[in-house]
Amino acid sequence: MHIGIDVGGTNTDAVLMDGATTLAGVKHSTTPDVTTGIVQAIEALREQHQFTGPEIQAVMIGTTHFINALVEAKRLAPTAALRLGLPATRSLPPMVDWPAELVDALSARTYLAHGGYEFDGRPISPLDPEELRAHARDMRGHGIRSVAISSVFSPVNHDLEVQAAQIVRDVFAEDGTPVAISLSHEIGRIGLLERENATVINAALRELAGEIVDGLTAAARAQGITAPIYLSQNDGTLMDEDFVRSYPVATFASGPTNSMRGAAVTSGLTTCAVVDVGGTTADVGLLVGGFPRETAGEVKVAGIRTNFRMPDVLSIGIGGGSLVDPETAEVGPGSVGYRLTTEALVFGGSTLTATDIAVAAGRADIGDRSKVAHLDPAFVDRVLARIAERVAEAVDRMRTSPDPIPVVAVGGGSILLPDELPLFGTVHRPENYSVANAIGASIAQVGGEIDKVVAVEPSRREETIATVKQEAVEKAIAAGARPDSVAIVDFDEVPIPYLPGNATRMRVKAVGDLQMDAR
Amino acid sequence: MSWSIGFDDISDLARGAAVLGTGGGGDPYIGALLARQAITEHGPVTAVPLDELDDDALVITVGMLGAPTVMVEKLPTLESIIAPVRAMDAHLGRPATHVACAEIGGVNSTIPIAAAAALGLPLLDADGMGRAFPELQMVLPTLSGISASPLAFADEKGNVGVVQTIDNSWTERIVRVSAVEMGCSVMICGFAMSGAQARESLVRDSLQRSLHLGAGIAQARLDKTDPVTRAVDILAGRELFAGKVVDVERATTTGFARGTATLTGADGARLTLRFQNEHLIASSGGDEVLATTPDLIIVLEHDTGEPVTTEGLRYGQRVRVIAAPSDPRWHSAAGLAMVGPGYFGYDVPARRFDGQIFDGQISEVSA
Repeated sequence: MHIGIDVGGTNTDAVLMDGATTLAGVKHSTTPDVTTGIVQAIEALREQHQFTGPEIQAVMIGTTHFINALVEAKRLAPTAALRLGLPATRSLPPMVDWPAELVDALSARTYLAHGGYEFDGRPISPLDPEELRAHARDMRGHGIRSVAISSVFSPVNHDLEVQAAQIVRDVFAEDGTPVAISLSHEIGRIGLLERENATVINAALRELAGEIVDGLTAAARAQGITAPIYLSQNDGTLMDEDFVRSYPVATFASGPTNSMRGAAVTSGLTTCAVVDVGGTTADVGLLVGGFPRETAGEVKVAGIRTNFRMPDVLSIGIGGGSLVDPETAEVGPGSVGYRLTTEALVFGGSTLTATDIAVAAGRADIGDRSKVAHLDPAFVDRVLARIAERVAEAVDRMRTSPDPIPVVAVGGGSILLPDELPLFGTVHRPENYSVANAIGASIAQVGGEIDKVVAVEPSRREETIATVKQEAVEKAIAAGARPDSVAIVDFDEVPIPYLPGNATRMRVKAVGDLQMDAR
Repeated sequence: MSWSIGFDDISDLARGAAVLGTGGGGDPYIGALLARQAITEHGPVTAVPLDELDDDALVITVGMLGAPTVMVEKLPTLESIIAPVRAMDAHLGRPATHVACAEIGGVNSTIPIAAAAALGLPLLDADGMGRAFPELQMVLPTLSGISASPLAFADEKGNVGVVQTIDNSWTERIVRVSAVEMGCSVMICGFAMSGAQARESLVRDSLQRSLHLGAGIAQARLDKTDPVTRAVDILAGRELFAGKVVDVERATTTGFARGTATLTGADGARLTLRFQNEHLIASSGGDEVLATTPDLIIVLEHDTGEPVTTEGLRYGQRVRVIAAPSDPRWHSAAGLAMVGPGYFGYDVPARRFDGQIFDGQISEVSA
């Protein structure tokens, strides 16, 4: 058995799973200290279905905690950004395009040093250990506790990042000052500023990550659970405790990912569109082979451009709390949000919401049905038709081919959707749809990704691709995947113009089942 | 009248330049950051219309040559942007009086802004092509007989070269090879010309046009009107197609990334785009050619009007394709020989944005 938990802003959902079977599922309010809510959720699970601590093989958690910490600019460690690339890149130093208040919140300091590689792996300039030691001493003197190191073209060759990390670590070790180090090649893709930004964000969250992991572990141990704890990442794969301590940034978009993955496992569909309807928005994503399709370009997080892995999600302003215009029958984007239980008509309030429409249409039995009896059935139908039309349009925008694609609806607000969607036909509504995100968190898979520029000799293209794919497979196994279960789930090859030697950017993702008993 | 380019104009200018880049021209974001950085350090830039240029002014073009993918990783420096200009000054024996953009599409419209700010020189409100093209010699001054060389080039390490060549195609060949050796992203300065030559050979008001285009798209979004329609109006072009990208094929055949994108629209209508850095040919489902280079074929995101680069083309994107007129001088026989479909390996006659066939006999070379 294993436990899946999704800690959202409002609710903490938890499920007890036996393989892909849901034994128990609960919804609980999220508590300010997070771990209390988790402890309570686990206790509620035990009430529904008895288990002993040793029976639990793993606990998988999805959390919005780290991204909230960044957005609120709270509990961020004093961070230094060290870039290797001089004399190149000097005019655009690290954090050049950051909002000033976040730079302040990080007590950030930026440093430029020699190093870096050309696109083909030749050095731009050699590393200067004395220069790096001077920078490290300056960091130490300014109370820096976490360092983000980026080097030009480190996705091609990351040796210098590793060497610089050792020098910085040695300087801090001279007087025993603790320091956490984040390396850009392990976090982002090609695009120095975006990769560096993601690395600095990661560095700023390192201390918090340690505290959170300690808290989560303590919460599980207090329940007699000795099994390892995993957190889910943006791409739907899991990371272990140590990985979270080092790479908290990888949890950022795990919320929508967990919903989508949960929709896949509960519906039995691995390639489908998922509509997750909450209180304020409906989020539409696409699952391909069981994994969310990712955004192609940059993603802004708290006003910062980054290029790490995020699911491609389209949000439209339709949810259970959406306001309904009594004249036009138009829905949203305004919403009563968490005040639904006091403001909606069915709860004795005075605001016409989408939930009222669902109750009036007999799709849901919530609150006092008599309070919506006066609504004109023709009007109710118009509102529902409008919702269906807009959701269908959003799904159509997300799908990648004109071929028919099944649609799966999850989330508490999915009662707003009809059984048939224009263009798409039947809407699949899996059991346990309201805790699909916790189920998604519980799916035990791990992955490895490679993104690099390689020179492809025309006669050796197949061989080169095979080598890069093998690297991704090995990375997944190193991350804890069972070797016989690892498969390539994504491969992308883009030839790069103006570079000699048929330079090609290759991106490969391998994923496999978590080796549950090995840890 | 001359006008001032300030910090806040850069994002609109960069967006307009990305549209005029017709899918190529490099990431305008880095160029925009450099321009902002230079304006922050050195103050705003004065943009001068061609009509206010003295005959004996000394105009030089400044830009980047190499792989845009390298530039997003090995970020250029202001020092490396200035270095080739200093080398040119020394080579010519007198300092340049004005900076100009060789191309208005993509990153090479914002790098000259950074150069002008850092050098304290005025920038011409003009450029050498009115769009983006992949090779150095592909500018209208070449058609006017203006030599690209002496051409200076520099890397961020301090290496500087000056070449003197027999024609502009040779400048491209020699500098391209050097650029690869220098890390595939160099800054260049060349096409030294008098004010009189600049007036005759450059495309006028292109910075204003780019700013107007970028600001128009942003404003349309704010006004909740259609940004793509606004862009079509500003460009005096036409919308060719609205639909979804359903297939993208890429191949490196001749050292360049060439590709084909297929779009489907309402009622099964299809559009095919052929590109090599920039979009070159748009044809309908029945393989009827609708528009070709040198006119502008532009792909914009369906709702926001945000430009989509050829590298960024993805399965599933909802886009609209517009065609817009290029400078008429590109449709001269010499212009078509340099940048028409035939140069890029397509055996089709050049078609204007409105579908007319041009045989290269109609336009005159001079403006």
